[in-house]
Amino acid sequence: MSLNILKRLLPLVGPAFLYLIWATAVSAKWVSATLLPAPSTTLGYMFHVFATGSIYPDLWSTIYRTFYAFIGASVIGVPLGVALGSSPPIYKSVEFLIDFFRSTPSSALIPLFMLIFGITDINKIAIAGFAAILVIVFNSAYGVMNAKKTRVMAAKTMGVSRFHIFKDVLLMESLPQTFIGLRTGISLALVIVIVAEMFIGSESGLGHRIIDAQQVFNIKDMYSSILVTGALGYLLNLMFMVVERRIIHWGGKA
Amino acid sequence: MSNTATNSPSRVHVTIQNLCKEFGSIPLYKDFNLEIRKGKIVSVFGPNGCGKSTLINMVAGLMKIDSGQVLFDGKTLEQTKIGYVFQNYRDALFPWMTARDNIAYPLKRMGMDKAHVQKRVDELVELFEIKFNLKQYPYELSGGQQQTTSIMRALACEPEVLFLDEPFSALDFEMTLFIREKLQETNLKTNVTMVIVSHDLEDAVFLADQILLLTRRPTKIAALLDFEMARPRLAQSVSDPEFIKIKAQALEIFQREMHQQA
Repeated sequence: MSLNILKRLLPLVGPAFLYLIWATAVSAKWVSATLLPAPSTTLGYMFHVFATGSIYPDLWSTIYRTFYAFIGASVIGVPLGVALGSSPPIYKSVEFLIDFFRSTPSSALIPLFMLIFGITDINKIAIAGFAAILVIVFNSAYGVMNAKKTRVMAAKTMGVSRFHIFKDVLLMESLPQTFIGLRTGISLALVIVIVAEMFIGSESGLGHRIIDAQQVFNIKDMYSSILVTGALGYLLNLMFMVVERRIIHWGGKA
Repeated sequence: MSNTATNSPSRVHVTIQNLCKEFGSIPLYKDFNLEIRKGKIVSVFGPNGCGKSTLINMVAGLMKIDSGQVLFDGKTLEQTKIGYVFQNYRDALFPWMTARDNIAYPLKRMGMDKAHVQKRVDELVELFEIKFNLKQYPYELSGGQQQTTSIMRALACEPEVLFLDEPFSALDFEMTLFIREKLQETNLKTNVTMVIVSHDLEDAVFLADQILLLTRRPTKIAALLDFEMARPRLAQSVSDPEFIKIKAQALEIFQREMHQQA
């Protein structure tokens, strides 16, 4: 086999290793099979829930909550971040608030959001959106603040208006950093949606499915739902990386 | 040279009057006066920290002046089209646009229609004899190609004055020769006034009609040398006795200024 093909297979080494350890741990009875089903059983069950379609309503609920939260957070967060970033005095005056709430685990605010929104879908979307908006604002603002001064000056010497300097230069300059914010934001939104589905009376969603399976000791379903959640998070991230590489083609090169 | 005949080719173009600039209460420029004639190339040369770049940044409006005024044919900066070429072309070009779009950008923002933009960019391509693909993004080009692109962008709107801040300092010798030649050609063809900051005496002398030698801070004019060697000057002109003589003269003044106690 050529070296090139071997190199391409490298990313599979980690998962294969994990699979082996997991399979060995179960078959050697290091852990009780009632607490950890064999990987083959778990994966088999996962295919089963996809084949019968029983997972789709939950998967769909989680996806649409995450997306609503993310889209809401982006629509407000990006313009707000860019606006704050282009006025350092204003950013300085709200910096503490942003950093404080960014450091507060959003899950700690779930009870507060329950008071405001009740036990509804809106609640889950709102709390996830709140978590996402802070990193989005923060990153967009820094993207603008760290814009290369030379490019702004270049536009100034061309006699370009302030509005166009903002739109053509500052906004474009902030995009790479903004995308980092968006990518972190969507991951964070997923995390909070899953937590909210677990603990805010929920009828659907992967978080709800995981906690339900645990309550009735449906171990296979619990593990397969965890894997599906992981795969969802991974795919969201991957999707963003692909979009990012297409749009921000100059990232890291200029 | 006559300053009164406003229509003669060597009339005064840029007037700097009583310019003052302090940095943290230390004066850098105090009542600085300078006249630059239309269509001439002025090289600015002086000891480190004397504010060569600061001077052209103030004239080009990139830096505020404390007092004094700068006029272009009697007009303010806002009424004047200028071009500016930065030392660091990587940070000056827009990496999200192709090289061609970079050059077209100032024209587009001036409100020029597509066909005219196209025509003007093609003119510049011809003037600079561009062989590389302008559909590429700046980060796909070599340093010399990037600096050429940024000079074309600065010239796109047919500025009255072109400022260049150490345009050669990040380029290899081959590219320096090429760009020097192209700048000279542009000046001869379009009669654009040029102000070039340089830290290399040969570069400073090569293009110059006048060499502006500055003192240590507070910065004054040490000398304003006229250099009337015929154009176009060629790469080998640097070994011409006339060239060597003016370079030696500039060096002598520079060294005298360098050894003055600040």
